[in-house]
Amino acid sequence: MQRPNIDKGFFENLVPVQIPFEEGVLEKLKAGDLISLTGSLFTGRDQTHRRLVALLDEGRELPIDVKGQLLYYVGPSPAKPGQVIGAAGPTTSYRMDAYTPRLLELGLKGTLGKGSRSMSVRKAMKNYGAVYLATVGGAGAFLSKSIVKSELVAFEDAGPEALFRFEVVNFPAVVINDLAGNDFYEMVAAERLGVKYEKTI
Amino acid sequence: MRTLQSKEVTAAVRKLAMSAPCDLEPDILDKLLAARDREESPLAKNALEILVTNANIASREQIPVCQDTGIGVVFVSIGQEVKVEGNLEEAVQEGIRLGYADGFLRKSVCDPVNRKNTGTNVPAVIHYEIVPGDTLRIGFLPKGCGSENMSGLVMLPPSAGIPGVEDYVVQKVKDAGSNPCPPVVVGIGLGGTFEKAALLAKKSLMRPLGLPNPDAKVAEIEQRILKRINQEGQGVMGWGGVNTALAVHLETYPTHIASLPVAVNIQCHAHRHKEIEL
Repeated sequence: MQRPNIDKGFFENLVPVQIPFEEGVLEKLKAGDLISLTGSLFTGRDQTHRRLVALLDEGRELPIDVKGQLLYYVGPSPAKPGQVIGAAGPTTSYRMDAYTPRLLELGLKGTLGKGSRSMSVRKAMKNYGAVYLATVGGAGAFLSKSIVKSELVAFEDAGPEALFRFEVVNFPAVVINDLAGNDFYEMVAAERLGVKYEKTI
Repeated sequence: MRTLQSKEVTAAVRKLAMSAPCDLEPDILDKLLAARDREESPLAKNALEILVTNANIASREQIPVCQDTGIGVVFVSIGQEVKVEGNLEEAVQEGIRLGYADGFLRKSVCDPVNRKNTGTNVPAVIHYEIVPGDTLRIGFLPKGCGSENMSGLVMLPPSAGIPGVEDYVVQKVKDAGSNPCPPVVVGIGLGGTFEKAALLAKKSLMRPLGLPNPDAKVAEIEQRILKRINQEGQGVMGWGGVNTALAVHLETYPTHIASLPVAVNIQCHAHRHKEIEL
């Protein structure tokens, strides 16, 4: 499928990946791979996570089944009339670190944001078989062009921190943490220091 | 004494608030283009190409460059010979409120205790300054907090000297890694007191991007820090290359004989800043 309304400058030779992830796909993704996501995902950021985990603590059901899903850390700007969504780039992922293992335990298979994850999240991802992806921070207008549908799912009163379901087409991302425990940021660091990359988990 | 109506202030601030998140200034666009042209890492070059494309889409379609349209930081410089009829503080806050509502900008301001969103993006953080003249200057910096969160302040012992200052700043940017959306702009406040250093760091971000400090000795420090940061090689988005920072701005103020305060305010590449004079 062609990316809609894009001028130029998008990543080239991206590996197309369907979401929610299909059987056997995650195993093939390696840290540093450039991928293009098509399908549906859920969104959430600070307050969304706080509320999801609070529901779990109270033994209540979540508004979504996270099993097999990709969760995108984003708080979009409001859509103008006629727009699907406003700007919708990634927010910084470490702020979700405190909550992520709980969702991975429930079968969440991937997260998408920017910046690095804590060791405890990386260990949990390895343990539960999930990946972490990053996309271009501060490119909210550009990335909004890959979002073809947006619907509110829960927590409307949280404003930009509500939980949405997006349908995306050719949404670009980089694999940061793969199932084998590799970390792309650490690979970049090893390269600049001229040392051999070794996994830290 | 010149008189301004508070509604003129509100209208001007509304306009600034609506335009700044969508229309990047030429100084930041030039820096992004220059960074793209000199970038060596293919992945980082591609990301910079996306940032340039993003800025074009944003301006053309009036979509915010980044969904984090910030907490408003407003610098109001009041000429000694100008009088504002009505309530100046309320006039500025109303301009922000209207701009964020009418511009379909994200409302990102919340109570720090219960985290409840105010729903209006007010209050903004306003800094006032009395200056000579009969005009009112308003500077607007919608500050995204992915980068703001990576900022820091240290009270160094004077024995640390300028090398200690440089080490602190370089380490701060290194520790921030990919979190603040590099390539970043680094604002530094050196001297004064605890709060003065922080304000200087923030104010330095309003300087036209890359314009050196007029004091040649200070400008040299800026250049040294910029070079060191870019040698670290974290690069655009932490994906490698030679563009971790686009500029370093350092502002100084005399300090106490016992003190060497250093504040570092990190700004993302979506460096939105605009000024207007009334």
